[in-house]
Amino acid sequence: MSMRALLHHRLAPVAAIAVILLLLPLLFPSTYYYRIGALVFIFALASLGVNLLMGFAGQVSLGHAGFLGIGAYAVAIGATHLGAPSWLSILGGASLSGLIAFIVGRPILELKGHYLAVATLGFGLLVAIVLTNEAAWTGGPDGMLVPHLVLFGFPLRGSQAWYWIGGITFVVGMVLALNLIDSPTGRTLHAIHDSEVASRMLGIDVARHKLVIFVISAIYASVAGSYLALLNELITPDVSGFLRSIELVAMVVLGGMGSVIGSLVGAALLIVLPQILTILQEYEQMVLGIVVMGFMIFLRQGIVPGIAAALGRMRT
Amino acid sequence: MKVLEVERLSIAFGGVRAVSDVSLAVSSGLVFSIIGPNGAGKTTLLNLISGIYAPQDGRVRLGSEDVTGLAPHLLARRGLSRTFQNLQLFLRMTVLENVMVGRHRHESTSILSNLLHLPSVSRQNLQTREAARSGLARVGLAAKAERPAGSLAFGDLRRLEIARALASEPKVLLLDEPAAGCNPVETEELDGIIRSMVKDGVTVVLVEHDMRLVMNVSDRIHVLANGRTLAEGTAAEVRSNSAVVEAYLGVHGSEEAARAFG
Amino acid sequence: MKKRRVGGVACSPDWETIGGDGARRIDPMAEFLQFAFSGLTVGAVYALVALGFTLIYNASGVVNFAQGEFVMLGGMSTVFLALAGVPLPLAALIAVIVAVAIGLALHRFAIEPARGASAVTLIMITIGASIFLRGAAQIVFDKRFHSLPPLLGADPIRFDGAAILPQSLVVLAGAAIIVALLWGVIDRTLLGKAVIATAANRLAARLVGINTRRIVDFSFGVSAAIGAIAGILVTPITLTSYDVGTLLALKGFAGAMLGGIGSAFGAVVGGLLLGLLEAFSAGYISSNYKDAVAFLVILAVLFIMPRGLLGRAQVERV
Repeated sequence: MSMRALLHHRLAPVAAIAVILLLLPLLFPSTYYYRIGALVFIFALASLGVNLLMGFAGQVSLGHAGFLGIGAYAVAIGATHLGAPSWLSILGGASLSGLIAFIVGRPILELKGHYLAVATLGFGLLVAIVLTNEAAWTGGPDGMLVPHLVLFGFPLRGSQAWYWIGGITFVVGMVLALNLIDSPTGRTLHAIHDSEVASRMLGIDVARHKLVIFVISAIYASVAGSYLALLNELITPDVSGFLRSIELVAMVVLGGMGSVIGSLVGAALLIVLPQILTILQEYEQMVLGIVVMGFMIFLRQGIVPGIAAALGRMRT
Repeated sequence: MKVLEVERLSIAFGGVRAVSDVSLAVSSGLVFSIIGPNGAGKTTLLNLISGIYAPQDGRVRLGSEDVTGLAPHLLARRGLSRTFQNLQLFLRMTVLENVMVGRHRHESTSILSNLLHLPSVSRQNLQTREAARSGLARVGLAAKAERPAGSLAFGDLRRLEIARALASEPKVLLLDEPAAGCNPVETEELDGIIRSMVKDGVTVVLVEHDMRLVMNVSDRIHVLANGRTLAEGTAAEVRSNSAVVEAYLGVHGSEEAARAFG
Repeated sequence: MKKRRVGGVACSPDWETIGGDGARRIDPMAEFLQFAFSGLTVGAVYALVALGFTLIYNASGVVNFAQGEFVMLGGMSTVFLALAGVPLPLAALIAVIVAVAIGLALHRFAIEPARGASAVTLIMITIGASIFLRGAAQIVFDKRFHSLPPLLGADPIRFDGAAILPQSLVVLAGAAIIVALLWGVIDRTLLGKAVIATAANRLAARLVGINTRRIVDFSFGVSAAIGAIAGILVTPITLTSYDVGTLLALKGFAGAMLGGIGSAFGAVVGGLLLGLLEAFSAGYISSNYKDAVAFLVILAVLFIMPRGLLGRAQVERV
């Protein structure tokens, strides 16, 4: 394959991210940075799921943190109440999220615009309420402790382990997403985004496709939530709260709707900046609010497509 | 057997009878036009046939199958396709990608294999791309394949929509006012495109206002007025039907026209 | 005697009587009245929030998620101004003015620059604004719960065995006055006609010389004022804190949907109805899932009667 073809290959972004994943630890001044890296990759995975739903299929979900919560509590409850090994709970959580997305998605995705937005918002908050109230299972508002992951007898705990697990999973998630985009399904989703009625007239089962992408995005978020629980070894109900859902959407908007790499960029910015500018901790909500407003008003396409467009203009 | 048959179709919106008791039958390989003054119910009739509205009364038959009330995507799978008066293109995709989506009906890879991008998916992508390219060539848009659809001129957009609809290889194609907004040159091209479609075995149902195009290209014309059938026949028959002239020009106008033609 | 929190309203169960055999008997009628009154009280707040939503939605097509923050700002600003020594009536007035100013700023700086954007983009902007206001409130005020002294004293009024807080009556009266005033303005003044025209067809309104920008300003300002007043009136009962806005916005939206998006009368009816539903389900079923009622209502309306109780049908043209 020629150099040009390699650069334009569908999976070129994956290679770039894989290289970053491998080389980044060389730059870490201390092991604390592994934790930041882990968080970035975990949230990038969740926001990639949201991106598939919002950026590509053109839907909206303001309650996706609900799936984050389901995945997280699946691991907590699985270990504490069901005695299940964590890796099984991760799969269980993903299946449960997929199932719930399938059931809830059927009716909800018939809605559009602000009705869809509010309905998904309501879903997210409903999950948070259930997690807060069913204290017998979930430990209530104070949350639950989560035992660390043990795989084939090996304990996998701490930021270093989760940096690699999170990073590799994100790379896999990228590959699947990029595969989907460059396939008949990807074109179909894009078409649905641009004109549902025309899509229908070409034989596309719009409802089914929207549901499929909703389920896939729920699974992405669920796995991310499970990882989050195992990384922190603690989980509280606000993992599925309103603020979390908006953070996920903010990451997508920031990085660029419809840009796979943008999901990573958005997650990185929204996680790294508050860590570096610790004085901002107090102002976190204000900053989030301004970021969301600012980007939705002025830079709706997001950072990565924005840069790509600017580069394109420079070349001509 | 008729390729498309409509029997006593009716629908009312809040008291307004948009389409009332309309029946027609389209034979295979013909250009069947539906005309009528503004508000006659032409687009509503198309929407009824293409599944966007469900009729309150009457039946729609595609071949021997009763397809009344079927959802649009199920009708599309049975070989019915349509274009839209207000153009429903995928403006953010490229011209080529638009037509590629048109091939959806003939793509066979499952969502799982798409996720894994198995070799069958690469093959499918290639096939779809090639078919789309030749579809573009047929309407003369091959040179603009990689441009975003939103950047095309209006006449090109109309041709793109037709190319996209043809890519699904329909048995029946409903064209909703394709000449609207086109200049005479573009309308002439449209004439040619329609004729070549018919030669390839597509049955065309044309809803149009441009009388020259209708009279030139139609094998049969069905006239609607106020949601009801006014007349049906060949171009010559319809043109000389005084009721039709009256519907378009009004009683006064048709008297004027009669006087003008001596 | 145990105090039960029903619908966010603390009330003593005076309907419980001790019978001759020492057993406690609950008078169902009194219980019902109790729930109904607390439901109507919070329902009045929801109704005012829903009314604010509707005003802005009708004038500009925007679903303003920051609506709940106006309620929060009304209560919190009054509390902190009063704590700083400002006499209560003046504090309340200033709080309302501050809310109005923020409402206008929201329109001019956040909504207007995004004119013509999709519905989802606009709702995201208002969500960003609501988060911003929450975050700012956290810093300018604090994270604790606060209260205000009730207007007519704190002794419950006995009515048919039920105990009703006088502040409830203040809230209901206040809501009724606001609704009446607003109706009067919309129905009887030229300004009101301009609002109706803008809501019906923005372009046509501009073509006949209506300054639609000012009309939308007006709708944002009035919504903010309504929200702030509601917040001030209800704080003595439900308390206030920096984050009450989010849930209120959602419940106000649920109320507006229940009544029918776009109908002002429907918004009021929907809000009151939602309050009642919440209070009854909290009282008779479970108070843990009280907040879930609003979401269930939203989902039910969306799928069973999308037009709501009094809304207008919408036809999509192809």
